[in-house]
Amino acid sequence: MITKEHSFLREGYSKRRRRMVIVTMGLLLLTLILSITMLLYGNTRYSVDTVVHVLLGKDIKGATFAIGSVRLPRMLIGLLVGMAFGMAGNTFQTILRNPLASPDIIGVTSGASVAAVYCILMLKLSGNIVSIVSLVAGIAVAILIYLLSGRGSFSGGRLILVGIGMQAMLSSVISFLLLRANQYDVAGAMRWLSGSLNGAQMKNVPRLVYVVLGIGSILLILTRHLHILELGEEYAIALGLNTNQTRVILIVCSVFLVAFATAVTGPIAFVAFLAGPIAKKLIGAGNPSVIAAALVGASLVLGADLIGQFAFSTRFPVGVITGIVGAPYLIILLISMNKRGVA
Amino acid sequence: MKQKRLGVVMGISLFLLVGCMLTSLAFGAKYIEWKEVIFALFHIEDTSFASLVVRERIPRTIFCLIAGASLGVSGAIMQAITRNPIADPSILGVNTGASLFVVAGITFVQISSANQYIWLALLGAGITAIFVYGIASIGSGGTTPIKLALAGAATSAALSSLISAMTLPRTDVMNAYRFWQVGSVSGATWEGIRAVLPFIMVGIIISLLCIPALDILALGDEVATGLGVNTGIIRLIGACAGVLLCGAITALAGPIGFVGLMIPHTMRLIVGPNMRRIMPMSAIGGAILLLVADIIGRVVGSPSELEVGIITAFLGAPILIVIARKAKVRAL
Repeated sequence: MITKEHSFLREGYSKRRRRMVIVTMGLLLLTLILSITMLLYGNTRYSVDTVVHVLLGKDIKGATFAIGSVRLPRMLIGLLVGMAFGMAGNTFQTILRNPLASPDIIGVTSGASVAAVYCILMLKLSGNIVSIVSLVAGIAVAILIYLLSGRGSFSGGRLILVGIGMQAMLSSVISFLLLRANQYDVAGAMRWLSGSLNGAQMKNVPRLVYVVLGIGSILLILTRHLHILELGEEYAIALGLNTNQTRVILIVCSVFLVAFATAVTGPIAFVAFLAGPIAKKLIGAGNPSVIAAALVGASLVLGADLIGQFAFSTRFPVGVITGIVGAPYLIILLISMNKRGVA
Repeated sequence: MKQKRLGVVMGISLFLLVGCMLTSLAFGAKYIEWKEVIFALFHIEDTSFASLVVRERIPRTIFCLIAGASLGVSGAIMQAITRNPIADPSILGVNTGASLFVVAGITFVQISSANQYIWLALLGAGITAIFVYGIASIGSGGTTPIKLALAGAATSAALSSLISAMTLPRTDVMNAYRFWQVGSVSGATWEGIRAVLPFIMVGIIISLLCIPALDILALGDEVATGLGVNTGIIRLIGACAGVLLCGAITALAGPIGFVGLMIPHTMRLIVGPNMRRIMPMSAIGGAILLLVADIIGRVVGSPSELEVGIITAFLGAPILIVIARKAKVRAL
């Protein structure tokens, strides 16, 4: 009897496992296709041959510049930033047990944005220093939100409310900075604020690779802890988890990802928010979703950037597209959450 | 609360209000002596430099007064009909809704007069308010603060991306929008004031007429229905008044957030839960707050100025955080 039940459980487990592997493979394929398309298409379309030759280091007139200095950095940065936002959003949502609690909604992204806008517009800085300053600001904002909402026992609901308040304050600071800025810089800053891959440069790639791979592996190692936290405060403690410590580590990791990504491309709307729920829906509940969320994030950014570049007569930055695509989904999610009474 | 104390509170706040108005006339890029301010007010024909400066500042001061009072009342009425401590035009996404419609108007049909702004803003504000409240009220447990805040924040985020899609390709629209979207009273003119005044008057009168019903509504829907109040209709009328007030102000000044959140809460602490007291006190309090915010903006931002919307967001967001901290976990 017991063995029968046991084998039943096993079967369910391997079924879920299989689904996860298949879905992950599918997402990987999708990301790959989108990445290649990013390299092939542009003002002029190049054949696969040409692209492969350029990537292997062969010098082809025109193509080397277009692919090597424009399309490749754009693709790589879109890929990495998408992964970063996807993982960070997924982690926040899982910890706070609320799909709406992604860093872009509760103000962490705004914290990083304020710092980055200040550096770019007022101090005319660029590169590493912007990332570091926005990292510090992002972490400071996250800690502040956490401390302000952590009176007595930890409550996800309160944290979201505090985050929304914080968000309002920070966006008023951004408005202020935009008003004080030189008119010539504003168009650039606005474009940056809505999230854009236009300024993608190869020199930003290594930094993002380190962060995405480094933090990504930490998140992978902590995946088990993350999913215990998802069970809720009481269960997590009963299972012997140091909940506060784990939460802080996970949140700091996510802020790292958000801040570095934001400093390069600006806050790409809704990617952090969309990736987690989509990934969870695809791989099914109960499966570790870090990798899937990263891949969904990357596909979202790359796909949206392709649409933004080629679908309309004017070129739109990627964030506008993700915003317009993400908004209805957000509303639908809100409605279904309220129906189930989750929030 | 005793009648006498209410009188004292009223007296003090009216005194403060007049003080703020005079200060608002005196401060600015150039400081004008008090004596000269008073002199200019009573000698309309005087053409000295000081009098001219003061007269330039009058529309702005009057507009602050009207805008603050409207936003205060609008917040009070929205909190009463939703029975939700954080209902405020900026949190309900009403401001963003109004912005979206105004931007669409500027972009697609090249509107420019104050009247057109107002109608579009009202339409946007109304649709967004209904939408957000509708989403938040789905499901069991009614509209809890957290559901309302999330629905508002989410809708705002969604509408903002539509706004950027419209403004990004057009530099001229972006420039107009950038100054409008922070919420500023610096562009106030007599013409603008005249354009919004009818809307404000209607809004205020409806709000005042709603007061008795709102007090009963505070007892809960069952009791209110038992006492013969049609809760649905009162909510609808109240919402119309609230949207009318904040939508009209938003059209002229851009989104000025958090006045409607801060003031009714503070007033409830001072004069108790009776709407008959909260409503007029919110009007006075809102006006004082906006005048003070404007003066702070002019002093801190000197020689230019900090927009009023930035100051109120800075003062108001902490209050939201305080409310969130105070609320019991279950109530969220």
